[in-house]
Amino acid sequence: MVSDEDVDRLVQDLAREAEAGGYRLNPDRVFTRALVRGLLSNRERYGYISCPCRLASGNREDDLDIICPCDYRDLDLTEYGACYCGLYVTADVEAGVRTAAPVPERRPSPAERRQKKEERPGTVGAPRDLKYPVWRCRVCGYLCARGEPPDTCPICRVSRDRFERFV
Amino acid sequence: MQYVPGDDHHKVVLYALSTCGWCARTKQLLTDLGVEFSYVYVDLLTGDEQGTVVKEVEKWNPRLSFPTIVIDGSKVIVGFREEEIRKAVGA
Repeated sequence: MVSDEDVDRLVQDLAREAEAGGYRLNPDRVFTRALVRGLLSNRERYGYISCPCRLASGNREDDLDIICPCDYRDLDLTEYGACYCGLYVTADVEAGVRTAAPVPERRPSPAERRQKKEERPGTVGAPRDLKYPVWRCRVCGYLCARGEPPDTCPICRVSRDRFERFV
Repeated sequence: MQYVPGDDHHKVVLYALSTCGWCARTKQLLTDLGVEFSYVYVDLLTGDEQGTVVKEVEKWNPRLSFPTIVIDGSKVIVGFREEEIRKAVGA
């Protein structure tokens, strides 16, 4: 069972990280706490904090794109002022300058994901004479050119497996 | 599938996740409106049982997103769209 103390701790950690990245947690405290409780329930069930508003498969590789912060968060924040589940909002939404709009699901449907998995194209158009491959964080877009991706994204703190080879 | 009794006799089925804030708001709205409805937390199902319900949801909403609300076996509302839900149940 998820305790209130666990929820408090994660809310604090997420708020700190959100602010470091220029975002905020949803100012509706009750709503935000319920979502964070959901994240912790998912950690208990699946071993990772997948989005509380999406159905996880339980297979980490298949769910990588919906581990919080999800691959779609930053796009949704820019376009709608909030992320899909409503945990994160932009600073102007928090300040009441802008109202968050309902966020439609951006994640491809299960059928589209299956198809994509089968195709899995390699990187195209990459120059041949690069000394190092370029890795891209799928959450925040951070790029780095080195042999391997970093263990943790220095910008948004997600784990190494959230990086893709960019070129 | 859990049943919530109410006065308004539309056939309302709510497919939800136990961890989702928008699903919780939808369930609360239907309860407040006094609508009779059934709901299921798809994330709490396992194995074949979950597979069957997932197929059912995909039939109404191929994106398999939540909440998915099916009214009278024909109208589908995806997401916590309060005005649409009120209108569809005539509340």
